[in-house]
Amino acid sequence: MATLPEELKTKIIEQLHLEDIEVAEIGDDDPLFGDGLGLDSIDALELIVLLEKEYGIKLKDPKEGKLIFESVNVMAAYIEKNRSK
Amino acid sequence: MSTPEYYIADYCTIRHHKVYRNGSCTYTAPSSMPLKEFTKGVYSTLEIQYPKFYKMDTLSKLGFLATEILVEKQQLPVETALVIANSAASLDTDRKHQASIVDPTNFYPSPATFVYTLPNIMLGEISIRHQLKSENAFWISEQFDAQWITSYAQLLLQSHKAEKIICGWVDLDTDKYDVFLALISKQGKHPFTAATLNKLYVEH
Repeated sequence: MATLPEELKTKIIEQLHLEDIEVAEIGDDDPLFGDGLGLDSIDALELIVLLEKEYGIKLKDPKEGKLIFESVNVMAAYIEKNRSK
Repeated sequence: MSTPEYYIADYCTIRHHKVYRNGSCTYTAPSSMPLKEFTKGVYSTLEIQYPKFYKMDTLSKLGFLATEILVEKQQLPVETALVIANSAASLDTDRKHQASIVDPTNFYPSPATFVYTLPNIMLGEISIRHQLKSENAFWISEQFDAQWITSYAQLLLQSHKAEKIICGWVDLDTDKYDVFLALISKQGKHPFTAATLNKLYVEH
């Protein structure tokens, strides 16, 4: 069974249409935005939807995403702590 | 002072899973191939790295691909205007967005889909790719109207609002698509008239 970080990588690739990126290419601590995967503001909104749809986490303030989406590991830790499904 | 003459420098048609540049077929795929795979196949022939392509909706992908094929490696002037029309607007993406919001108990609209629920977003994608800071217009008409496109493009050229123009037709409704773009400039083989544009449009 895939670990949460591995599961997240698969979902991020699928949800954000990162068709030229493989799961193995995303490091657990790689920055998702900026120099990392080069995600943009629309991707950030997609990740907010992903959190709610897949893990039942509704961000009250979209600005929280800046910290939560720092890396796959940070995201996974946040999900473990706050998930309702 | 005489009015400068303009020409159709290059043109590109994407139709029936075939790509044509200046009348020559440059890529073909089986007609049974899903459109998503076809656009991916055409993209792979361009030998460019532009990951944003995969995030575009299908209408934008078609406009993006036709523009890339049309201009090849040449650097477009920043004042290259875009004058494009179609008949189905962004209906293909509109339907996908609607499907994502139709069930109130499973209501997760995708922001990445929603941003493409306007057909002129395609012009933005082309402008970003080629760093254009120019006039652009997207028109909706029942069918390809060479007279209208030519008149509007001529107006832009003669009023010095544009140095070159990419104009034509990028239409998509589910799996049915029809793409024809022409690059208008001061040099070229074909005179830029409605009759010539129409003739090249129906060539394939």
